[in-house]
Amino acid sequence: MKSITHKWLKIAGVILLVYVIAGGFLFDVPALPVVQQSIRNIYFHVGMWFGMMFILLISLGYSVRFLLYRLPEDDMKALSAVRTGLLFGTLGLLTGMIWAKFTWGAFWVNDPKLNGAAVGMLVYLAYIVLRGSVEEEDKRGRLAAVYNIFAFVLFFVFIMIIPRMAAASIHPGTDGNPALSVGDLAPEMRKVFFPAMAGWFIMAWWLYSLLYRSTRIDHKISELNNN
Amino acid sequence: MQLSEVKAFIWKDVLLEWRQRATIGGVVLYLISTVFVAYLTFEGLADLRTWNALFWLILLFTAINAIQKSFMQENESRHLYYYTLISAHGVINAKMIYNALLMTVLGLAGLLVFLMFMGNPIASPGLFLVNMILGTIAFSSVLTLISAIASGSRNNFTLMAILGFPLVLPLLLVLIRVSGMALEGASFAAASPDLLVLILLICITFILSNLLFPYIWKE
Repeated sequence: MKSITHKWLKIAGVILLVYVIAGGFLFDVPALPVVQQSIRNIYFHVGMWFGMMFILLISLGYSVRFLLYRLPEDDMKALSAVRTGLLFGTLGLLTGMIWAKFTWGAFWVNDPKLNGAAVGMLVYLAYIVLRGSVEEEDKRGRLAAVYNIFAFVLFFVFIMIIPRMAAASIHPGTDGNPALSVGDLAPEMRKVFFPAMAGWFIMAWWLYSLLYRSTRIDHKISELNNN
Repeated sequence: MQLSEVKAFIWKDVLLEWRQRATIGGVVLYLISTVFVAYLTFEGLADLRTWNALFWLILLFTAINAIQKSFMQENESRHLYYYTLISAHGVINAKMIYNALLMTVLGLAGLLVFLMFMGNPIASPGLFLVNMILGTIAFSSVLTLISAIASGSRNNFTLMAILGFPLVLPLLLVLIRVSGMALEGASFAAASPDLLVLILLICITFILSNLLFPYIWKE
């Protein structure tokens, strides 16, 4: 039963994203100064960041669970989620850089929100390095989980506070929220934007579950080799 | 956790530091050499922004060097012995308080050396000092848990920096902002929101460290 719902969810995700890619490039968008047609990037760029936050929240949840119950599966799930999050974050940075080049004139501008995003990526890369340098399995899990929780809370506290305090950011989204508020979105764009968010969430979850399964298989194989 | 065990543990760290003077001497020498290198390469005071950034960078690197040893100074078996004597909360709180004290002393010493070589452009000394002390406490509270994490791994010296930098960076930006304001003669009122953020951050770090450290301490 479980696998059937998964199957339909995956098919729905593929259909949604095919629709989003087609609609995102073909449907009419309001012509605004500076942004012009590049507004179409919103379906992809914002989708990447939402997908990343969603999957990193999953990772945080499994890290907390690992500390409470010490099941190796939870640790593998947290790791797979961080890997997926890094992929989405990298794509979010790339789509953002292309967008920045067209609207602000440079691939990178010194802006609190952009720098915050870059620091976030460094945190999760450090998480991967930390895992690489501890050999004992349970200890690795504990250290990684503790860092994941510590970093997540500190980082998000700052993502919330710093942009609010800093002088104006040129990135849209007020009050430290690094995305648009939906009310600003033109009605004709909403019919692509919402399916896009749903589609990217499903895609993030799908990739995460694939990574988790491959990590689990690797783990089993190394266990068998050791015995 | 009892107050007496925290006090005893802090006192143990102070004694240990005194008996292994070479370690702390190394950190002080590191601080002086870095300031001297900055002095020679920048040929004295460049401008306010450079002065400010240099000062905080030197303090950050000193903090990483000083706090790094928190859980590496003593060997595993001694940690096991402490484990039987004192609660995990006692250990982490004692270490955080001790590191905060140590960093405040080092920060003040660093400021003195820095002022001697790079000149004194500080317009509101009160604000500058309060911000600096809050900064050193915040550094030590964030880096103490990081040092506990890093000590559990193989290449702990590199890890301390890569794990710590991204987490300290946003904090560093607030500190540099306030200290820049102090250099230009701002009042406490103008800087109070930022100072509140710093205090809030210190509280959050203390709570998180207390929640998370028991999972590392228990082998």
